[in-house]
Amino acid sequence: MKEEATNLYKIVTKRQLVSHINLFEFSAKEIAAKSKPGQFVILKVDEKGERVPVTIAAADVGKGTITLVCHEVGKTTKQLGSLNEGDGILDLLGPLGKPAEIRKFGTVLCVGGGVMVAPLHFQAKAFHEAGNKVIGVIGARTENQLIFEDEMREICNELYVATDDGTKGYKGLDFLKDLFKERKIDRVVAVGPIVMMKTVSEVTRPYGIPTIVNLIPIMVDGMGMCGACRVTVGGKTRFACVDGPDFDGHQVDFEELMARLKMYASEEKLAFVFYEKGGKSL
Amino acid sequence: MSKPKPKIRKEVVPMRKQDPKERVNNFNEVALGYTEEQAVAEAERCLQCREAQCVKGCPVEVEVPTFINLIRERKFDEAIRKIKEKNSLPAICGRICPQEEQCQANCTLGKVGDPVSVGRLERFVADWERERGYEIPQKSVSTGKKVAIVGAGPAGLTAAADLAKLGHEVVIFEALHKPSGVLIYGIPEFRLPKKIVEAEAEYIEKLGVTIKTNAMIGKLYTLKELLEQFGAVFIGTGAGLPSFMGILGENLCGIYSANEFLIRVNLMKAYAFPEYDTPIYVGEKVAVIGGGNVAMDAARCALRLGAKEVKIVYRRSREEMPARAEEIENAEEEGIVFEFLTNPKRFVGNERNWVKAMECIRMRLGEPDESGRRRPVPIEGSDFIMDVDTVIIAIGRSPNPIIQQTTEGLQVTKWGTIIVDENGKTSLEGVYAGGDIVTGEATVISAMGAGKKAAKAIHEYLMKK
Repeated sequence: MKEEATNLYKIVTKRQLVSHINLFEFSAKEIAAKSKPGQFVILKVDEKGERVPVTIAAADVGKGTITLVCHEVGKTTKQLGSLNEGDGILDLLGPLGKPAEIRKFGTVLCVGGGVMVAPLHFQAKAFHEAGNKVIGVIGARTENQLIFEDEMREICNELYVATDDGTKGYKGLDFLKDLFKERKIDRVVAVGPIVMMKTVSEVTRPYGIPTIVNLIPIMVDGMGMCGACRVTVGGKTRFACVDGPDFDGHQVDFEELMARLKMYASEEKLAFVFYEKGGKSL
Repeated sequence: MSKPKPKIRKEVVPMRKQDPKERVNNFNEVALGYTEEQAVAEAERCLQCREAQCVKGCPVEVEVPTFINLIRERKFDEAIRKIKEKNSLPAICGRICPQEEQCQANCTLGKVGDPVSVGRLERFVADWERERGYEIPQKSVSTGKKVAIVGAGPAGLTAAADLAKLGHEVVIFEALHKPSGVLIYGIPEFRLPKKIVEAEAEYIEKLGVTIKTNAMIGKLYTLKELLEQFGAVFIGTGAGLPSFMGILGENLCGIYSANEFLIRVNLMKAYAFPEYDTPIYVGEKVAVIGGGNVAMDAARCALRLGAKEVKIVYRRSREEMPARAEEIENAEEEGIVFEFLTNPKRFVGNERNWVKAMECIRMRLGEPDESGRRRPVPIEGSDFIMDVDTVIIAIGRSPNPIIQQTTEGLQVTKWGTIIVDENGKTSLEGVYAGGDIVTGEATVISAMGAGKKAAKAIHEYLMKK
C-alpha cells in the first residue's frame, strides 16, 4: 500500500501517436486498480507545476499502469511531451469523478474528437463488452491529427470518420443528422472539444435521445474544494469534478463553459512563452 | 481578589510587525515575533495562578503557567518540551489560535490590564526550537497495531502524532499533494509561513508517521478497505466544500470561491506566477463577500496581488464579524475598505462573460436569529451598483462528502457532518472522526483537540482488542 508514497510516477511507455499528441503509460498500480471509464486524474509534473485534469484513456490492472493521451497545447502538456520513458512526474491523483454509466442500452453512439478519442475508446470498449451495439464517430481537425482509428474499429460495429477540413471521411458533423433519421439509437456519448459536444447535443435534442457529455473544465484540486470547474446544468450549478464529469448534454450551458475555459487564456500564453525561453525572465 | 503586585506591568509587551506600507507589497510574514528579551519580559508578567484559567481555556490543555515559567527562567528547551507534551503543532497554534477566546480569555491579569500573551510566547519557543533543530522524543515500544488517518489537516496530524508516540504504526492518507490541510492551502503565507507548516508536518513524520499524499479515500481505497488493513481509522477530512450564494451571475469569469482563490495563492503559489505555473486573476476593484478570517485572508491576498481597491462586503455590522479582532485590525491598517450591512443581489457581466459589477442592497439589523446574532434585514429600495472586476465569495465551507457518500452504515447529520460520541467514535466499529468533519467549520485548535481525544479513545480501543 505504501510503495508509491515518495516515488515519482514513472512513465513506462511513451508513444507519439501523431504530431504533438503523445500516449503515456504511467506506473500507478493503485490508481489502475480503481480506474473506470469516464473518470480522470489530476497530474502535476513537478514542484512548481500546475494541477491539470486528464481523462483516463485506459487502465491495466495487471501491469499496474494507466494510459493518458495528451495534446501539446500549453506549458504543462509541452513539458510532458519532453519527458521520456523512465522519467516520472511528481504527483498523480485519482481516479476522480464519477464513472460513466455503463450497461446494456441497445445501440450506443460514441462520438469523440481530437485527443479525447482516446478516453472515448475506454468507454466505447466498455459499452461493447456490456453487450451494446456500438457505433463510433471519431473526428479530428485534419487527417494527420486523427488518433485511435484502429483501436476504435476493433470494438465498434460501425465506425465513421470526420474531419473539420474534409481531408478524411465526412467534412464536419452534419452527416450525423442523417444517421439519426435512419437509425434507432438508444444512447449517445460525446467526449471531445466543447463545440463538438454542443453540436452533438443539438443534433440529438429533437429526437430526445439521452446524450451524455464528459466535461473537463478548468480545475485546481479536482475533489470538490475550489469550485473552479462549476458548470450550469439544468439551471443549477454543479461541480464537474465531483458531480460529473458526465452530464446530460441537453441541460448543459455550453456558452458559459466555453467562456470559463478561456478565463486564463492570456496567462496560459505567458506561461508557455516563459517555459519556451527556459524559465528566464521575460 | 488581590491586586497584582505593582512591579507587574499591565501592558502586554508589543510584538514587532512589518510596516503596513511595506507589507502590502510582499507575502512575507506580518508579525515578526518576540526576541528572547521580549519573551522573558512578557513571561515575567504571568501571575502563575494556582487555579489556572488559561489551561481550562485550551482545547488541548497545554500547561500554560508551567511553560511560561520556564521561559521566565530562560529554559527555552524545557518550555517547548512542556508544550509538546500536549501540542504537536506549537509554531502554528502560536500564530493562528484565537487565544483571545481561549487561554487568554480568562487570564487573571486580563481583569486589570492586558492578558498574558500566551500565543506569542508559544510562538517564540516553538520558533526557538525549530531554528535549532527539533528534538525527537524517544519512540515507545511498538504495539504492533496499525491506524489509518484520513486527511492530514490539524485533526489528523494531531491524532497521528499522539498515536505514534503511543507506539502504534500510523499512516495518514492525504488527498492533496502536500500535507497539512487548511494550514497549507488556506491560510496565507503572510500569516502562517509555509516553511513553518512544512517543518511541523516533517516533525510529525519524524515521530514515525507515514504521510501518503495523492491518496483520496473513497476513490483510491474505500473506508472498508482500510479497515481490512488497519485496526482503526480516524476520519479528519474537514470542511472543504465552498458555499456559493446561489444568486444570478455567480458563474461569471472573475468570481472565485475563497477556497479557489486561496488554494491558487497558497498551495499553488500563484503569487509567484509564471515561475510557478498556476495563474490567478486579480483586477483593480475587488469585492470579498463575508466577514470571517477567510474573508480577511482573501482580501489581504488580493491587495498584495496588485488590486487598487479591496472591499469587504458583509451583511451585518462590525460587532457581528466572526473574524479575529487582530485580523480585522491588520486588514484595516493595510487599507481594506469595509462595507458593512451590505449584501449582493446579483452579479452583472460584460460581453465576454466577465463580472463587471455587483448589484447590492443595504441591510439593517433585526431580531436575533438562532445564532444569537441580530438578523440582517434588507432595506427596501436601497439597491445600488458597485463596480467590481474580481469577486471572492467567503461565506463558509461545508463538510467534504466523499467518505460519507462511499461508506455504508456511517451515520451523518442532515448537514453532512459525521455523528460521533463524546470520544469521537462513529457508528462504525473501529472508526473515529473529529474536527470540522464532525463540527462543521470551526478552528484549527478545536480540530486538534478532537484529534487528541479520538487518539486516546483509539488507543484504548486497540489495546482492548
